[in-house]
Amino acid sequence: MPRQEECLYTKEHEWVFRDGDEIVVGITDFAQGELGDIVYVDMGEAGRQVNSGDPIGDIESVKAVAQVYAPVAGEVTAVNEALADSPEMVNQDPFGEGWLVRMKPADPADLDALMDHEAYRKFLEEEGH
Amino acid sequence: MLRQIGAGSSEELLAPIPPELRLGRPLELPGPLSEPELLETLGELAARNLAVAGKDCFLGAGAYRHHVPAVVDHLLQRGEFFTAYTPYQPEISQGTLQAIFEFQTLVCQLTGMDVANASMYEGGTAFVEGILLAVRQHRGRRRRVVVAGEVHPWYRDVLETYAANLDLSIVDVPADPATGRVDPGTVGEAVDGETAVVAWQSPNFVGVVERADALAAAARGAGAFALQAIAEPWALGWLEAPGRLGVDIVVGELQALGAAVSFGGPYVGMLATRKGMVRAMPGRLAGMTEDVEGRRGFVLTLATREQHIRRERATSNICTNSALMALAVTIHLALLGPSGITEGARLSRAHAHEALRRLTALPGVRRAHSGPFFNEFVLEFPRPAAEIASALAERGILGPVPLSRFRPEDERRGLLAFTELNGPAAIERLVAGLGDVL
Repeated sequence: MPRQEECLYTKEHEWVFRDGDEIVVGITDFAQGELGDIVYVDMGEAGRQVNSGDPIGDIESVKAVAQVYAPVAGEVTAVNEALADSPEMVNQDPFGEGWLVRMKPADPADLDALMDHEAYRKFLEEEGH
Repeated sequence: MLRQIGAGSSEELLAPIPPELRLGRPLELPGPLSEPELLETLGELAARNLAVAGKDCFLGAGAYRHHVPAVVDHLLQRGEFFTAYTPYQPEISQGTLQAIFEFQTLVCQLTGMDVANASMYEGGTAFVEGILLAVRQHRGRRRRVVVAGEVHPWYRDVLETYAANLDLSIVDVPADPATGRVDPGTVGEAVDGETAVVAWQSPNFVGVVERADALAAAARGAGAFALQAIAEPWALGWLEAPGRLGVDIVVGELQALGAAVSFGGPYVGMLATRKGMVRAMPGRLAGMTEDVEGRRGFVLTLATREQHIRRERATSNICTNSALMALAVTIHLALLGPSGITEGARLSRAHAHEALRRLTALPGVRRAHSGPFFNEFVLEFPRPAAEIASALAERGILGPVPLSRFRPEDERRGLLAFTELNGPAAIERLVAGLGDVL
C-alpha cells in the first residue's frame, strides 16, 4: 500500500502511485470524504486505451455521482473487482484496498506534469479545504 | 405577509421589472361570475364533449374503457393521498412511499420482471425511455434501434421526436399485412452487431399478439436487448408474463387498470426491467429499508440517477412519476388479485371473440388480419370507417376508431376493442347498429 507522500496527484483529486512500469490510481481521502458513503463503483473494463483526462469511471455515493478521469494517457490494465461487492473500501481505505485501476502509461514522462504530495496539500489549502 | 417580508406593497415586489416591459393596464378578461353563473358556464362547455359514460364504448387504440370500482376513487380522494406531494422527506411520507413500493411490486408481478420504477407519465414516453435505457446499457457502442411490427403510431412518433436530437438510427421491420404479426425471422435478419434493442408492442396496435419469445430470442441472439410495450395491460391477465419469455425491458400504458379514458389523460406508464439494469433506469424508485431502530421503512432510492446529479449524467429528464394514477392502479390491482385480473381478461377476450363472430356475419365486413388477438381487432367495412363511427355515435355507440386517423389510405378500416363491460347486450346493440349504418 503506497504512502501518501510517495504518490502524485491530479487536480481532480486522484492519486497515482508508480509501480514498475505501471501506475495504480485511486481517489484521495479528501475526495472520499466529500462524496460521503460510497455505494457503487463502476470503472469499466480492463484492456482499453484512454487519453489523459478521459472519464474512466463513476463513483456513486448516496448523494452524488462523481467521475474519475485518466491521469495520463495509456492502457487500463486492471480494475479493482473487489469494489463491486465492497464499494465502501474507497471510503475506508482510499490508498489501499480502495484502489480503482492499474494503468500502463503511454509515456512515463507524462507523470512529471502531476503534483507531488506537498503541491497537492497546497492545492487543497488554496481551494479552501 | 408584506409586513413579514418587509415590503410596503405588492407593487414594490415588481420593482425589478423595467417599466418599458410592463403592460400598464389590467388584462382584458371577462368579469367574475357568481357560483351559479360559473356552474352554468362550465356546464355548457362540458356538454360539448361526448362523454363515455352512458354509452356503449368499443374504443381502443391505446386507451381502453374498463370498470374501475368506486372504492378506488373513494380511497384516492382521501386528503392524505390526494394532496401529498413528492415524498422527498421519508419521515413524513411513509404512506406515499409504501404505496409506490407496492405499485412497483405489482408491476413486477404482472410483467415477470425484477424491478419497476414508480411509474412513467404514459405509454409513449415509457416506450422511448425503455429504448434509451437499452441504448445506455450498451454505453454508446450500439446506436441502432429495430422497431418490429405494428407499434402504436403515436408511440413511434414520440420515438422519432426524441431520436431527432440523439445519435440513433431507427429501423422499422413491417408486419405481415395479412396476419398483422411481424415475422421473428425477418426481425432476426434486421438485427446486427450495432443493434442496441429490438422493440415491439404486444398486443400490437392492430390488436394482434406477437411472438414475444421468438422476438426476444432474435434480439438476444445478436446481443441486443428485447423490449416489449403493452398498451392494454389487462392482456397480462391472459398472456404469459414477458419476463418469462426472455424480454429484458417491459414498458407500457396502465390507464386501463385505473384511470378513466378521459380524453387522453392523466394516464400512467410503466417501466420494468432486470435487476442488473436498475442503475440505468429513468424516473423514481421507492425502496424498502430499515431505520436506525431496525424498523421497516420506505424511501426514494438511487436518487443519483435523476436528481442530485449533473444534467448530462442523468438517466433522463423525466424525474417524476404519475403518482395518483399509479395509486389508483395499485388499489385496483390489490382488489383484483390474480384471480380478478384473470377473470377480467377472460371476459374481455371472450367478448371480443364473440363480437368478431357476429360482426363478420354482416355483409361486407371482414377482419383485416388473421393473427391471434386478445380483445381488439381491425375490421374492414364496405364504407369509410369514419362515416360509420359518426353514424354509430348518434346511436350512443362509440367506435370503431377509424384507422384513417393514423393512415389516410386505410379509409375503410377501423379498430374495435372489447372489455368486461361489453357483454352480450352491448354486442347486440353494436351488431344491430352497424347493420343499420353499413
